Amino acid sequence: MMRILSGDSPKSALLAVLLVAILLSLAFAPFLFPGSRSLETAARICIFIVLVASYDLLLGYGGIVSFAHTMFFGMGAYGLAIATDRIGTSYGALILGALAGTAVAGVVALLTALLSLRVRAIFFAMITLAIASAVAVLVSQLSGFTGGEDGMNIRIPRELTPAFRLFDAEVLGQRINGKVVNYYLVFAGSLILFLTMLRIVNSPFGRVLLAIRENAFRAEAIGYRVVYYRALATCLSAMIAALAGALFAIWLRYVGPATTLGMEIMMDILLIVVIGGMGTMYGAVVGTTIFVLAQNYLKSLMGGLSEATAGLPLIPDLLNPDRWLLWLGVLFILSVYFFPTGIVGRLRGTR
Amino acid sequence: MTDTAPTHAPKMTKLPLSERLKPWLPVLLVPVLIVLGFALIPSPSSWLTLTVSGLAMGMMIFVIASGMTLVFGLMDVINFGHGAFISFGAFVGTTVLLALASMTGAPSLMLNLLAVALAVLAAMAVTGALGWGFERVIVRPVYGSHLKQILVTMGGLIVAEQLIYVIWGGQEIVIARPETLKGAITFAGAALEKYRLVAVGVGLIVFLSLRAVLRRTKLGLIVRAGVENPEMVQALGYNITRVFVGVFVAGSALAGLGGVMWALYQEIITAHMGNEIMILVFIVVIIGGLGSVEGCFIGALTVGLVQNYAAFLEPKLALISNIALMVAILMWRPMGMVPVVKAK
Repeated sequence: MMRILSGDSPKSALLAVLLVAILLSLAFAPFLFPGSRSLETAARICIFIVLVASYDLLLGYGGIVSFAHTMFFGMGAYGLAIATDRIGTSYGALILGALAGTAVAGVVALLTALLSLRVRAIFFAMITLAIASAVAVLVSQLSGFTGGEDGMNIRIPRELTPAFRLFDAEVLGQRINGKVVNYYLVFAGSLILFLTMLRIVNSPFGRVLLAIRENAFRAEAIGYRVVYYRALATCLSAMIAALAGALFAIWLRYVGPATTLGMEIMMDILLIVVIGGMGTMYGAVVGTTIFVLAQNYLKSLMGGLSEATAGLPLIPDLLNPDRWLLWLGVLFILSVYFFPTGIVGRLRGTR
Repeated sequence: MTDTAPTHAPKMTKLPLSERLKPWLPVLLVPVLIVLGFALIPSPSSWLTLTVSGLAMGMMIFVIASGMTLVFGLMDVINFGHGAFISFGAFVGTTVLLALASMTGAPSLMLNLLAVALAVLAAMAVTGALGWGFERVIVRPVYGSHLKQILVTMGGLIVAEQLIYVIWGGQEIVIARPETLKGAITFAGAALEKYRLVAVGVGLIVFLSLRAVLRRTKLGLIVRAGVENPEMVQALGYNITRVFVGVFVAGSALAGLGGVMWALYQEIITAHMGNEIMILVFIVVIIGGLGSVEGCFIGALTVGLVQNYAAFLEPKLALISNIALMVAILMWRPMGMVPVVKAK
């Protein structure tokens, strides 16, 4: 068990219970929560755990702020979409597209890292913001290649679509159709990627990253090439994000600028990492689950409150479900000040 | 043992021209670009139009970016929430202008300028006050940690943007330019929009007065010394924190001014307009050299000109022209065109 977790135990009974509960619910989601909407939510949680954890690798372990993470996410998704569009529907095209998107993400991440980290780590935040927005505009302009604003529909092999039946018998009152198979593909892929990242951050490489985050100058003095480690962390994180993007594209069977490249998603990732707990990996799991569930169910609560206070000035506007980012932003600022280690840090009792 | 000093004959040769020219190269960049544009663009009249609009855009970006670069230079604070001041400035200014519709609609230059001046004052007052609050509540607790500054100011940006939605609603607001600033004048066969000329003028005034304050006044001396070595300035008995708050407020007010200028330039405002402009602002402060007002000025004009020329010559290229420019300049001078020397 500890070997699977790379020796990084949750170190808190409550956190362990939470993690096991999340794992079990996701593993048996098609049977525990029937219905397409809850399966949709479960798949989204799986993919975002990987995406957020890969961002945590960069922010929490490397101490580097990037605003281009959704760009890499999108590269994986678009790689897959373009490959199936050009080659045709086959598993080979899916794998080739995912790998091509990952490779492009890795190369772009390396170039960006070399350009900006060489000078100053804070340049990275600004340069990635500029590059990501340029790429987002480019994607919506090059409509012949990427489908523009409309995005692209992806034709995936029939075995992964709802029309397919794995076998006729029902399991626990649930038909095993292609959608469920697709879900388990996403679940297994996410689990493997997450455990890989856990392995990376608990390797000697991860320890060096932590040392650089704490004191780059001292790490350099001990003899570690800071730029090399930071650039490698950037590449790894970008490539894992691209793989998560490929999974997302297979699941949604669609890719578009708003679903993969939007600044809103980037903000979501940033908020989840900080609120869940930077530099913990498990923070991504707990944070994403809470966040996605809150996004789905808290908004309706806010809508109710907004209607209940309709007579008062300003308050209904503040409680409008569309304004939930406002409260999240406030929560975000407060958590950076008072709980820099996030939910997981709190549960572990460290400050 | 001899008592005579060793003979030494210092060479009094001048440095070669290329060496003496080196510090001036960034300054030459803008004229070189303009000449290059003249060579590449077939018709002189469209070249003139593009140059003016490039300069106007550059000036507006400079007005916005100057505050941010100074704040960084002085206190090592990187403020990602600067975009919020642009949006707030634009919204406050627009609200005032819409309220003064009778003045902006009148065909009198004096009344129009008065209305714009009132709008600018209101916008600068609001964004200045907002900047003061932002510094107090958001930035003050995270001095010294870039990572936390980026996170917290980004959070502040989200909150500020959402507040705009709460106060002004989610729709875009259309704002027409004042009557006498509409349209264009024809000069040497080129149509030059009046408003762009005004924007160039305002930008030049801001630049020259900033330079004058920084170079000629005691306050400017303290600020410049603070950029170079804050501890020493503090040791000499100046309250650097108060100076910093002042610069932060002034920088936010300038962003508000820039917001009003941009609103009248685009004639439409949205809550996320600040974010879009911030991307250009980041490119400008990076290529200019973080902390340098002169570098910021040169960088802003370069970005404005390159963007306009590229959009004319090869529209598809315009999207990535600024990124390409940034990459090229960072390869040439990794610390930006006018690097700020820090005694740290």
